[in-house]
Amino acid sequence: MAAQQNTVCFRTMHLPAAERFTLAAYRSLGGYVQWERILREKLDPATLIEELKLSNLRGRGGAGFPTGLKWSFMPRSAPGQKYIVCNSDEGEPGTCKDRDILRYNPHQLIEGMAIAGYCIGATVGYNYIRGEFYEPIERFDGALQEAYAAGLVGRDILGSGVDFDLFTHLGAGAYICGEETALLESIEGKKGQPRYKPPFPAQVGLYGCPTTINNTESLASVPVILEKGGKWFLEQGRPNNGGLKLFSITGHVNNPCNVEVPLGTPFRDLLAMAGGVKDGKGLKAVIPGGSSVPVVPGEIMMQTDMDYDSIAKAGSMLGSGAVIVIAEGTCMVKVLANLSNFYMHESCGQCTPCREGTGWLARVVGRIAAGQGRAPDLDLLESVAGRIGGRTICALGDAAAMPVQSFLKHYRAEFAHLIEHGVSQAA
Amino acid sequence: MSFRNAPLGVIHDRDKSTLFTSEIRAAIDTHIAKYPPEWKQSAVMPALTLVQEANGGWLTRDLMDAVAVYLDMPEVAVYEVATFYSMYDQTPTAKHKVCVCNSISCMLNGSEELIHHIEHKYQVKPGQTTADGRFTFKEAECLGACRDAPAVLIGKTYYEHLTPDALDRLIEGLE
Repeated sequence: MAAQQNTVCFRTMHLPAAERFTLAAYRSLGGYVQWERILREKLDPATLIEELKLSNLRGRGGAGFPTGLKWSFMPRSAPGQKYIVCNSDEGEPGTCKDRDILRYNPHQLIEGMAIAGYCIGATVGYNYIRGEFYEPIERFDGALQEAYAAGLVGRDILGSGVDFDLFTHLGAGAYICGEETALLESIEGKKGQPRYKPPFPAQVGLYGCPTTINNTESLASVPVILEKGGKWFLEQGRPNNGGLKLFSITGHVNNPCNVEVPLGTPFRDLLAMAGGVKDGKGLKAVIPGGSSVPVVPGEIMMQTDMDYDSIAKAGSMLGSGAVIVIAEGTCMVKVLANLSNFYMHESCGQCTPCREGTGWLARVVGRIAAGQGRAPDLDLLESVAGRIGGRTICALGDAAAMPVQSFLKHYRAEFAHLIEHGVSQAA
Repeated sequence: MSFRNAPLGVIHDRDKSTLFTSEIRAAIDTHIAKYPPEWKQSAVMPALTLVQEANGGWLTRDLMDAVAVYLDMPEVAVYEVATFYSMYDQTPTAKHKVCVCNSISCMLNGSEELIHHIEHKYQVKPGQTTADGRFTFKEAECLGACRDAPAVLIGKTYYEHLTPDALDRLIEGLE
């Protein structure tokens, strides 16, 4: 079992629920000490970014891109406005971790965003929070007011001459806005349709200015990394897989939970933390990183460790750390039909392969699930999925295709049975 | 570049001080102040949220047009936003919206049962309002409360680990 648990983004979790989100609570754990030290000693941003690179913190939103490297792309000394944007548009099915950071440790996110702004030369930040998160929004805004009142953000912070203004921007129900350039479009008051890259946001981002977008968990990890050192963080995990990571373990488990454990923790330990498979059933399958990543059969997962490289070896991705557990007896066609419907609903409609392809996938999987599948349907699904991936502006197309391809790879017989007999094997 | 990086900036020939109530104008102004002065349109989402709430949960064409005037935007740009995001409604709704999460973790934990229960007991399909006008039923894509599945959003509150009976009690409590 993991020795180090809930020590980074979840370090307030052991405090009483009624006060763990307050400034006083965060202060009691050493909160804002790093930010104050940076301001007092005028630390060199390049040195701080090096520390972050050493930590091997990789983007926690799903893409896993090294955070320090991302920050180093910003033209920090160039004239003109620059922005830091936090992606709290949590909506990847299975993922419910950033909601708890916003609710239970909002100050650490504020400190992380302020430090990020300092490192990349941004004096303004926006936290994009999904609109349905009424309680987390209230918590974050409350914390932001406390931080302003304490002079920890705003103009000439603590007499340092450094400015950093932070605002919330609320979404209104669109999964696609979790894609970083769609999120920027949304802040600019438009439909959330992703932009072509290049130019990358570090060159042309929000309002045409250099912008860095990081996930909530990535930014909230920064203060602890600077406190304990990049080397410490790296050593919590494994080489190339530094640090602790939040996992949301949901689906068919007895005790669904969010836990923060070192990367490299065996899946079987994680499953045990969630109380094992519900009702004592066997483990059929796991979607290890949010609904967009390939499904992995249970017996392979039981031999897999939870880090970027190990899960890649098992044929999937760590993604957002959302571990969706599926018990024996579940109809995989029905599960895929649910996922395919989601992507059809959330496709922004900009690229034809995704707009039309997600509809085809959802309708064909749906008719198989309803017992009305036709013999050529499985080849049709593979053909459609194969024509979406890699042919769209953003990754939503791939996210819709990968579940279809992986479900067919591992559970093709179940699909074929349903087509032939009109009823599920699992039923 | 494939995307516009300039505000749309259309000045309408209408007196802004006659739009909405002074409270709503003040609230929208607070949002406008968060963004660069030439980017008033960045406040379109919070503005739509505010006027929708004041209008009992849905947006009329007139309200969307008024938002366009207030934020110096073409009307069509406001319609685009209002129809793109699922939390805005363009047809009349009840005061209460009951949004049942239908995504995977909730489905694996019984959200289908909740959806069927509402459809049968209250005779509504997703997007419809009950005959007595008590609530509008919506299915929601992942609410981000997967640990607490199945989750339902009613008004501004998440209700978690729900059974059909528990959901009934919540619905009966709606005024």
